[in-house]
Amino acid sequence: MHHVGSDEGAISALYTSLADRRRAVLLFGVCALFMSLLVDVATGPALLPITAVVGSVLRLAKDPTVDAIVWTIRLPTAFVAIAVGAALGLSGGIMQTILNNPLASSYTLGVSAGAGFGAALVIVLGVVVPLPEAWAIPVMSFLFAGLACAGVYGIGSLRGASPEMLVLGGIALLFLFQALLALLQFAASPEALQQIVFWLFGSLQKATWAKLWIISIVLGGAFPLLLVDAWRLTALKLGDDRARGLGVDVARLRLRAFAIISALTGVAVAFVGTIGFVGLVAPHIARMLVGEDQRGLLPASAVCGALLLSLASIASKSVLPGAIVPIGIVTSLIGVPFFVWLVTRSRRAFW
Amino acid sequence: MSVDIQTLSVRYGATRALDGVTLTAKPGEVLAVLGPNGSGKSSLVKAIAGLVRYTGQIVLAGSATRDSIGYMPQDTATRAALTVLEAVLLGRLGQLGLRVKPADVELARQVLTELDIAALAGRYLGELSGGQRQLVFLAQALAAEPKILLLDEPISALDIRHQLEVMEVVRRLTHERVLTTLVILHDLNIAARFADQAVLFHGGKVVGLGAPADIIDALRLAQVFGVEAAFSTTPDGRLVVTPVRPCRSPKAL
Repeated sequence: MHHVGSDEGAISALYTSLADRRRAVLLFGVCALFMSLLVDVATGPALLPITAVVGSVLRLAKDPTVDAIVWTIRLPTAFVAIAVGAALGLSGGIMQTILNNPLASSYTLGVSAGAGFGAALVIVLGVVVPLPEAWAIPVMSFLFAGLACAGVYGIGSLRGASPEMLVLGGIALLFLFQALLALLQFAASPEALQQIVFWLFGSLQKATWAKLWIISIVLGGAFPLLLVDAWRLTALKLGDDRARGLGVDVARLRLRAFAIISALTGVAVAFVGTIGFVGLVAPHIARMLVGEDQRGLLPASAVCGALLLSLASIASKSVLPGAIVPIGIVTSLIGVPFFVWLVTRSRRAFW
Repeated sequence: MSVDIQTLSVRYGATRALDGVTLTAKPGEVLAVLGPNGSGKSSLVKAIAGLVRYTGQIVLAGSATRDSIGYMPQDTATRAALTVLEAVLLGRLGQLGLRVKPADVELARQVLTELDIAALAGRYLGELSGGQRQLVFLAQALAAEPKILLLDEPISALDIRHQLEVMEVVRRLTHERVLTTLVILHDLNIAARFADQAVLFHGGKVVGLGAPADIIDALRLAQVFGVEAAFSTTPDGRLVVTPVRPCRSPKAL
């Protein structure tokens, strides 16, 4: 076979440039996230100057009013936006990978709907678990996210757990939980109905440091588990048969991934309500930037999700003067035109 | 290491894809797997690769493990946003960690150079032609540094020059590295030219096993493929088969 004069170093240089690009994208994303965080903390009914925010965060300035706003309200909210965005982006990224489907996300495949139903159950039927309502809602929605995930996997497994069957199972569960939720809303008192609707809108306003810690612990646990499987997940993108041929235990990998998706989505939805779109879109943006190598795609999906939700949080406090629009509404309203623009201008088709 | 197969059967529901197949693939030999569509060729290769359930025995002699198999499936369609280099690296899945060792990148480079596709390394899989993708997945199978090489129609989308080049590489590596190679082929002339041994399948059963020139004859072509063929010999003594026309109701052997 004739050998084109390919430079010995060209391939390793190519590999290095791919790795450099992953790092550059992540670094840029984290920097953007930091800026967004500061603006998010500064934005609100009382507009704070960035310098005051920085001063308070670094404990340099001692203004009790600013400190109170920053430390008890704005910082936890801003951090929760980032953590929830990261959890949703990451779970969407895993889901699109293991189902090999561009429409997969916790929201489109019924996991968020399951969590929403769990929350509505507490609101309408009262406390079903022995906890104060402030915790009963998140716990039940977390449990139902897990139940929905198990349901998707269970229905999908009835015929060999192929990606197509899992997606169909997810769509079926989405409709099931939506119908059950509608039934609860139909039966609910006007007060409960209002509470359900508001919960479903998604809101960051109930953020606390404790909730932030819980989300962070789940995120912190998910990442190393996923990175261990990063190459196997990448192989899965080439199709089930090829992944198996490379020695991947596809069924067990999917099961592990579903468990992680369940925890990530559950914890995200439990504390801020159902927020669509971020989990669907963040992985697409990440894929355009770093490609399918999951070592880059998964962290980039998390960073993109975090950035999207952080920017949405700023927007939710800025679009209507004096009011905070529910975050779930803002993400889609602002995100959709941005996403359509992004998808139509990219020359490379990834699906 | 040899692959010893005894009374191997594979079923898909009520369909019997392989029915009591016994054969041995020897190290250092290219075994061409021949037969009409649906005769069980892919099932044989998938069973060895551990992708389908089977009854019977498949014994990988020597120190063979899952990692010593390099498998290239028939279907190479994908739009995954991976570069050719990343796809070839995936062939070394068992060795890859979060940090990819320079040795693995170097091995990928060697394989890409071997198949003359180093120039494609930075391209995305979705941007390649079907034939180019076939070369990439062959490279992926070779990157595993396999002892057993299973190729399911590796040249079906290639132009005639690349067909010859790829089969030459497969034969050379098989002989140099003493690989046990099974190649599913449709082109009988390619099989006759590059394979050391050939096995002919019909309805899930082995109906011929031996040197390609010995098992490709007029009777078998009529009975197995239902084709009347003309036979000739090249000046250097190679068998050339030219299918002439379909013939009536092939009888079972």
